[in-house]
Amino acid sequence: MKTWRIVACLVLLLVLGMSLAASWLAPAGYARQYRDAVGAPPSHAHWLGTDEIGRDRFARLLYGTRISLLLAPAAALFSTLMAALVGGLAGYLGGIWSRIAMAVTDLFLSLPWLFLLITVRALLPLNVSPLVSVLVTFLLLGLLGWSSAARVLCSATSTLRNSDFVRQARASGIQGTRLFWIHVLPNLKPVLYAQFWISIPAFILSEANLGILGLGVAEPLPSWGSLLKELEGLISVGEEPWKFVPLVLLIVVVTSFQLALSNSDEVAA
Amino acid sequence: MLGRKIARHGLAIVATALIGGFLSATLVRFAPGFDSDEAQLDPHLNSSSVQALRQARLEHNNIFRFYALSMTRALRGDLGNSISLGQPVSTLLRDRAPLTLRLLGLGLLLSWAAVLALALSAAKLRVAIYDGAATVASGTLLCIPAAVLALFSVLWNLPGALAIALIIFPRDYRYTRNLLGKGYSLPHVLAARAKGISETRILFWHVVPVVAPQILAVAGVSVTIALGAAIPVEALCGFAGVGQLAWQAALARDLPLLVNITVLVTLVTLLANSGADLIGSLWRSQA
Repeated sequence: MKTWRIVACLVLLLVLGMSLAASWLAPAGYARQYRDAVGAPPSHAHWLGTDEIGRDRFARLLYGTRISLLLAPAAALFSTLMAALVGGLAGYLGGIWSRIAMAVTDLFLSLPWLFLLITVRALLPLNVSPLVSVLVTFLLLGLLGWSSAARVLCSATSTLRNSDFVRQARASGIQGTRLFWIHVLPNLKPVLYAQFWISIPAFILSEANLGILGLGVAEPLPSWGSLLKELEGLISVGEEPWKFVPLVLLIVVVTSFQLALSNSDEVAA
Repeated sequence: MLGRKIARHGLAIVATALIGGFLSATLVRFAPGFDSDEAQLDPHLNSSSVQALRQARLEHNNIFRFYALSMTRALRGDLGNSISLGQPVSTLLRDRAPLTLRLLGLGLLLSWAAVLALALSAAKLRVAIYDGAATVASGTLLCIPAAVLALFSVLWNLPGALAIALIIFPRDYRYTRNLLGKGYSLPHVLAARAKGISETRILFWHVVPVVAPQILAVAGVSVTIALGAAIPVEALCGFAGVGQLAWQAALARDLPLLVNITVLVTLVTLLANSGADLIGSLWRSQA
């Protein structure tokens, strides 16, 4: 298992490294149109061919990977912080606060994730600049993806609250915020890390779903969602197999995350 | 005990409907563009008609009044009108719900048949290669976005229910396999096996009674997953169901329609989860 985890981490580092070097590997950029090579198959000049308006698919894949791989962790960080705040405080305060917080969490959890995402996404204007659409998409993922993590954190904090060392700290006169920050929160670190890492692949997949449905990152900015949208027009798998490269990369990255985090699942549970 | 549990679930569903309705009304009220009405720009309207439209909008300014009006109408079965489709929301839902229910029902049936067959055989056979292959297959499916699975079903002319089943399968398989694995390694099951009791009897008399309540809970959760899967499958496969309606409403920013669908879907989810929980409790009390 350890070997697989190392391989998974190396794959993730390689993909991240390539996406960060996008401006060096594909200096023409993701929006440049090659009008003499519209819808071209893979060639020496365009490794993955060009799309229906002549943009280089390889460049778009690199830049799209960069967006997804940098912003999904940012959204995961945001959602983990929210979960720590809601779940951590609910578990720490206990009683009515815990019940209220968990009722709100249950309300969020009872909504199918995609329904919730498209509803809230639709509340915001759809006709926005590409940069705003990227921020809105990933901010939404962060804002709405905290509920399951909050439940886990509430349970972990509740266990910690009744542990011997916290009771002793309380008996020594340490109270309120100090007790939470100094004794409770540091002990939640393993759960927080696990929740953070688990959220990343989930957010990557959610962005891809939103992108395919036309509610994700706006053109011309590429993302895995918008790249996968190209599969919609395919007639057969063998027709243009290079269009499947973004899907293969997505599966490789998400699988690598799952493998790299295989023991985080146990911590999170 | 069971009566109290039913009352608690009922209360939770009513509270969710009220709170969810209020939150939805708030979101609709404060969504960008709510105050503007393109009908006011119609050059055919005279000034008094425009004034009447403005007055109607003003009535919605107070969120509590807006919520009370929405709730009163909802209790009468009037869920408002769809902005983009120009039809009553209740009519739209009534027309499209049967297709979605059929699709989801079939998808759930297919997925659970596969989950139980694979998980039971994996837990019973305990052959590393078989178990590994099933885990890899479910893990790979878990890494593919639901919308891509829907696109594949279009590409290969597969039924939409199969796409829903493929979306649900990996999520349920993992839990069910673990539950059955634990069930088969319980001391009393090992003792029963040592005494030479048949595998069928072990399964139905010693494993199922222990794991059934938890599997029922997973089944309840799979309804939520299936509902979520309905959006990409219906939208991309061209099924005129509730999922497609939600997607069209999102693209058209038809908030009254979208919010009503979301609240209804939440209630269906809660009913499914409460049902699974209650059946599980009943099972436990009978065991």
